[in-house]
Amino acid sequence: MAQVLVVTSGKGGVGKTTTTAALGAALARAGQRVVVVDFDVGLRNLDLVMGAERRVVYDLIHVVQGAAKLSQALIRDKRIETLYLLAASQTRDKDSLSDDGVERVIGELRPSFDWVICDSPAGIERGASLAMRHADFAVVVTNPEVSSVRDSDRIIGLLDSITDKAKHGEPMEKFLLLTRYDPIRAGRGEMLCVDDVLDILCIPLLGIIPESKEVLQASNLGSPVTLNNPKSAPARAYSDAARRLRGELVPLVVPTDKDSLLSKLFGRRAA
Amino acid sequence: MRFADIFSRKRSARTAQHRLQVLLMHERIAGSTADLIPILRDEILAVIGKYMTVDLDKVQVKVERGDVVSLLEIDIEIPALARFMLEQRTGPFYVSQTCPR
Repeated sequence: MAQVLVVTSGKGGVGKTTTTAALGAALARAGQRVVVVDFDVGLRNLDLVMGAERRVVYDLIHVVQGAAKLSQALIRDKRIETLYLLAASQTRDKDSLSDDGVERVIGELRPSFDWVICDSPAGIERGASLAMRHADFAVVVTNPEVSSVRDSDRIIGLLDSITDKAKHGEPMEKFLLLTRYDPIRAGRGEMLCVDDVLDILCIPLLGIIPESKEVLQASNLGSPVTLNNPKSAPARAYSDAARRLRGELVPLVVPTDKDSLLSKLFGRRAA
Repeated sequence: MRFADIFSRKRSARTAQHRLQVLLMHERIAGSTADLIPILRDEILAVIGKYMTVDLDKVQVKVERGDVVSLLEIDIEIPALARFMLEQRTGPFYVSQTCPR
């Protein structure tokens, strides 16, 4: 029976889709059955980051509205056979998603997978609330930057009020994933450090993803960063976060991409 | 890491540009024919339905959008009895050509 997690943030551009793809691929590489679901109706991008954009036929709305079966809409990853994508619709508007329909789809996914990862759209409107509504817990993606932290605080408030768990009086678990982190600048006091953000948001830390050119490189190529270059710093940070999701105790360090002397001499692996 | 991988890593912006060109070309055309594939599927199934009963759950539609050509693949699982009845009407039915898997 799957655990359903929502990747959310409030603010756009902080790395929700990158995170969904990277965590999904890391879990699937460890043998878990994973489906990543794009809730950004009208502005889908998870298909592009996963490299499956040429293969989308049916999407979440087709399934919600009964125009396609779930099995027909799931797109199997070409690299890892336990990884699936359910795309969002590019042409419909977000009002086509009904709460009952989403609940039914998530209920249908649960028995077939170990993880259902819902990629929330930015904002706090319908798409974002539907993505979090039926989740068992949330990963709140935050940049060490004032507007992102503020928006994350708002999202944490919503997670505690509008989700099914909250409505049933159960605690809604939330974990912080700090992305685009630069330990050197944070050390110099030029960037909010981990403790600054934790002090404000007061939720447990799932991981710290360092700022890295590898993320753009991976999205250019349509490959989750944990698959594209598993040894890179962000990939190791995401893989550690995925292991924590599975309950492992993994020491929290911020990996770095060390440029070797050779790569400096012969030009950087430019993204 | 293979040599070709190193090459493709250096050219990742070119890969990104090409992927976007192909995708956007399809999306701009698709604006007017958004739900063409479900319509195609329904009409193809209606034609087949004239000769045999098809279980909608046993139909898989796949698309691979390319820059020069796209591939639309519709796999329809045909029950043995329906196949037998069809062969009675039309002669040998080349299942192996339509269902490679």
